[in-house]
Amino acid sequence: MKNFSFAVVLFFLLLSGSKVFSQNDLMNLFNEKKPVTEYTIATFKTTRIVLGQSVENPAPGNLIFVIQHHFGYLNQGAYEFFGLDQASIRLGFEYGITPWLSIGVGRASFEKTYDGSVKVKIFRQSKGKTNMPITFSYFGNVGINTLKISDKTLNYYFTNRLTFVNQLLIARKFNRTVSLQLTPTLVHRNLVKKRIDENNVWSLGAGGRFKLTNHTSLNLEYYYLLPGQTANDYRNSFSVSFDIETGGHVFQLYVSNSQGILGQHFITGTIGNWLKGDILFGFNLTRTFVVKKPKGFNK
Amino acid sequence: MKRLSVLMSLIILLAFNAFGQRYLTKTGHIYFYSKTPFETIEAHNRQVNCALDVKSGMFVFKVLMRSFIFEKALMQEHFNEDYVESDKFPNATFIGKIDNVKEIAFNKAGTYNAKVSGTLTIHGVSRTVHENGTFIVSDKGIAAQSKFLIKLSEYNIDIPEIVAREIANEFNIFVDVDLKSLKK
Repeated sequence: MKNFSFAVVLFFLLLSGSKVFSQNDLMNLFNEKKPVTEYTIATFKTTRIVLGQSVENPAPGNLIFVIQHHFGYLNQGAYEFFGLDQASIRLGFEYGITPWLSIGVGRASFEKTYDGSVKVKIFRQSKGKTNMPITFSYFGNVGINTLKISDKTLNYYFTNRLTFVNQLLIARKFNRTVSLQLTPTLVHRNLVKKRIDENNVWSLGAGGRFKLTNHTSLNLEYYYLLPGQTANDYRNSFSVSFDIETGGHVFQLYVSNSQGILGQHFITGTIGNWLKGDILFGFNLTRTFVVKKPKGFNK
Repeated sequence: MKRLSVLMSLIILLAFNAFGQRYLTKTGHIYFYSKTPFETIEAHNRQVNCALDVKSGMFVFKVLMRSFIFEKALMQEHFNEDYVESDKFPNATFIGKIDNVKEIAFNKAGTYNAKVSGTLTIHGVSRTVHENGTFIVSDKGIAAQSKFLIKLSEYNIDIPEIVAREIANEFNIFVDVDLKSLKK
């Protein structure tokens, strides 16, 4: 009996000790005990939905050169070559300082406006350890109109030239195809043309991205002017863009009823009517330069 | 009493047997490289999981696609979003074995050539592969190195025509992992 129990013990001991690991056992060694926070990437393809800002920032250490260009209204006929004789342009640079902070400068041809901007990510959409359903950012800019003053007798201050855009960018990437964004906006103009015009213009922007293929997407953007003098005199801005991503570049080809490119111009100053054919064609080209290589990229 | 000592020595023997049989790393390095006259694509992943059972020769890799770091962040985003679709297929895996495991003395320092075969899964597509590599055994552990080619088309990774001249179909993959004995 004693011998028998000894044999049983030995048998089980050998069984447990015969270290035959399956490939699954090896794979299971990699299982993470602690969940990690996984941040959502590519809510939008670039830093703009069409004309307005998206929640995307330039990556840290990356400098983006942006050429924003659009033509005149298509319905002007052959004499204006369907708007192609007219051009409005903005050249800009954007730089990512950290994953949540970026700055930008630029100059738009409309009213010869220089601009400086800042975009701050407050929350990032994520899952895993930290679950956050939305990305929440602030965008602010200041525009400086540098047109010459025609009437030298006027008492004209520098501050008269300033306009400001303040936006909250609230976006969610629902799945790989659909991302949506709400953009409550306040545009402040230090000086307006007429006494009746508003210095503060409130607007609610909405936009979305719909991926068509892995490399192309359709973007929609609408800015609704809240009731007021501006809403009475101007129209809401509506733009549709087709984005093509080619390796390291993004091209956005769009149609819009807005002549302005900067927020202070297109949100508050759109006169075009889509239904009457006041539609213009434009494009955004971005070229990214790596100023600082990311950590972990070395041999 | 005699039996007990036999039992004890067996336990000790088995315990030692298990010790040093499996080797592991979670910080292995894999990088890939492709060059065309228009674009060089290079990305590094330094969080590669790799495990080796020196007794059976079983050899496995698990590679989180999002851990590949590109010089251009935009390229990294496109890699994850549009090419390998890492939301659908977060990991690449290799499950295989060393075919000539008997020729490699894992308990003796030296450099050994190895033939490895198994199933490589990238972008949800599994393929049987046979590759050559090197094991370098030292008192610090076991280093494994390999270099091989993969064709993107074999893993259903589409290259749109507009970038076809910038992205080669063939990618050089470099594997460099330092495995440490698993003490458990």
